[in-house]
Amino acid sequence: MLNRFKAKSVIQSIFLHTLLMAVAITCLFPLIWMFRSALMTNETVFVDKALIPASIHFENFYLAWTKGGFGMYFINSVIYTVSVVFGIVMVASLAAYAFSRLDFPGKNFFFYMFLAAMMIPLPGSFVPLYVLMNKLHLANTRIGYILCMINVGLSLSIYILKTFFDKMSPALEDAARMDGCSKLGIWRHVALPLARPAIAVIVIFNTLNVWNEYILATLLLNDKNLMPLQRGLMVFQGSHSTDYPLLMAGLSITALPVILVYLFMQKHIIKGLSAGAIAG
Amino acid sequence: MAETKAKRFSFLEFKGTAENYLFIFPAVAIFAVFYIYPFYEILNLSFHEWDGIGLTRTFIGLGNFKEIMQDKVWWTSMWHAGYITLIALIFQNALAFGLALSCDRDIRARKFYRVVFYLPPVLSEVVVGLIWQWILHSGIQSGEPIGLLNFFLTKAHLNHLVHNWLSDPKTALTCIALVHSWKGFGWGFIIMLAGLQTIDRQLYEAARVDGAGPFRTLKDITIPMMVPVFLMVMILTILGSMQVFVLVLSMVGQGLVYHTEVPVTRILLSMTGLSRFGYACAQGIVFGFILIVSSFTLNKISKRFKQDEAR
Repeated sequence: MLNRFKAKSVIQSIFLHTLLMAVAITCLFPLIWMFRSALMTNETVFVDKALIPASIHFENFYLAWTKGGFGMYFINSVIYTVSVVFGIVMVASLAAYAFSRLDFPGKNFFFYMFLAAMMIPLPGSFVPLYVLMNKLHLANTRIGYILCMINVGLSLSIYILKTFFDKMSPALEDAARMDGCSKLGIWRHVALPLARPAIAVIVIFNTLNVWNEYILATLLLNDKNLMPLQRGLMVFQGSHSTDYPLLMAGLSITALPVILVYLFMQKHIIKGLSAGAIAG
Repeated sequence: MAETKAKRFSFLEFKGTAENYLFIFPAVAIFAVFYIYPFYEILNLSFHEWDGIGLTRTFIGLGNFKEIMQDKVWWTSMWHAGYITLIALIFQNALAFGLALSCDRDIRARKFYRVVFYLPPVLSEVVVGLIWQWILHSGIQSGEPIGLLNFFLTKAHLNHLVHNWLSDPKTALTCIALVHSWKGFGWGFIIMLAGLQTIDRQLYEAARVDGAGPFRTLKDITIPMMVPVFLMVMILTILGSMQVFVLVLSMVGQGLVYHTEVPVTRILLSMTGLSRFGYACAQGIVFGFILIVSSFTLNKISKRFKQDEAR
């Protein structure tokens, strides 16, 4: 009886693992194929279909980085990501702190305004944004794109930080106030360090979001020297004889930082997602 | 004396309030310029005919909206997005729930699966689209199929299945929908798994003691408890899938491919291709309105479910 029960559960677990493994392989295979093909040449890539190619070439990465312009795109992506994320953390934490701790007329109105922006989908908002940036002479400038992207991540970040501050005990802040610390000082030296877990979530989500952003980068930045990676990659779309190893090297350069950030930070990401899901 | 004291006090209060406003000033300023003004401008432009460059905008009232009502390609693109959304709702979410159920127990390598399943969602649509458009490519070079799928089909002697996946109007949209589901199921998986883990284990224990089999447990405990999570995932799936377009651009490109047009690629074409900024804005408003109404309706249903549960 016990043996039969055991056998049943073994069969069940074999079945489950087969299913899970099959799905896991479909997740991993395209990425492995991308890295592997980046290490081949244009001659071998269509002939040699072994998972580990017979001869390995790193030239594609060098070519993509220099001739393909991916070195420049990469630096641009880093500039945009770092400045947007830094901007969002500053601007959103200031506002969220005020919404949670300080008092002023119209507080709820302003907070619900940000909340509403989060709820209302506005497809095609890139059209008036493009018009506006041209009017302000901010089209085709780094700062224009950075400001637009700060706005994109602002509402959600304010919401996450405000909920965090609401749950945080104000004891330490009160103590600092007693010691004569200014409001800005309390925000900078007490509240921000304590909010580190929430800030980590914001940093990761916005990093992925800015790094992966495509449409505004395409519409607002015409100058090749200003383009980020996602825009640079799309040059390959629709070209007649694609140099696949070079494209795969470009894709690897784009995807690798995201994958690394994800692997190192996956605890925060999954926690943030699950917490957000249950709160929602 | 008393009066000056009161005055000084209110001055301090005023200064304090002003200081508090300074905290939200940067956020409100950015929001006003980059969200509220564009919001006003999209409404304003939708009543005008404008090429995006000229100084004159011609007011045409509801002209753009009337034109949209008769724009067959626009409504076809809406149907395409609906088709992608339907596949995502059924296939992607069923897969996500099945996998979440499998991982909501003590099995080995649970962490590994969780990490791997959320890998596609962190990649950009450009990366995902470009990898898959190569795998699904139907061309031939050096006597071998360029695309991996056709290559395997040839090698497996299934030549009759070799297909122009992305250029045949019959299969292109389904391919896009499946790649979209591939990119999205990991997200649904994480949220559903989190939902499953909030269910009290004692309920399962009690059901087991009462002699309920796994299917009874699933039907009478798990699924009813998960309804709010399902509805939330559904709303977000609809909002995300209806607005898909970067994946379309990176898999099949833009222009000339009417069979894969979705609303956002139409808006983009009205703007950059046809230079009809007013029409593009009107399309955006119509589309946004449809999205708001559908998510609002689902939200209402989800609230009703919650009330029923509380009763």
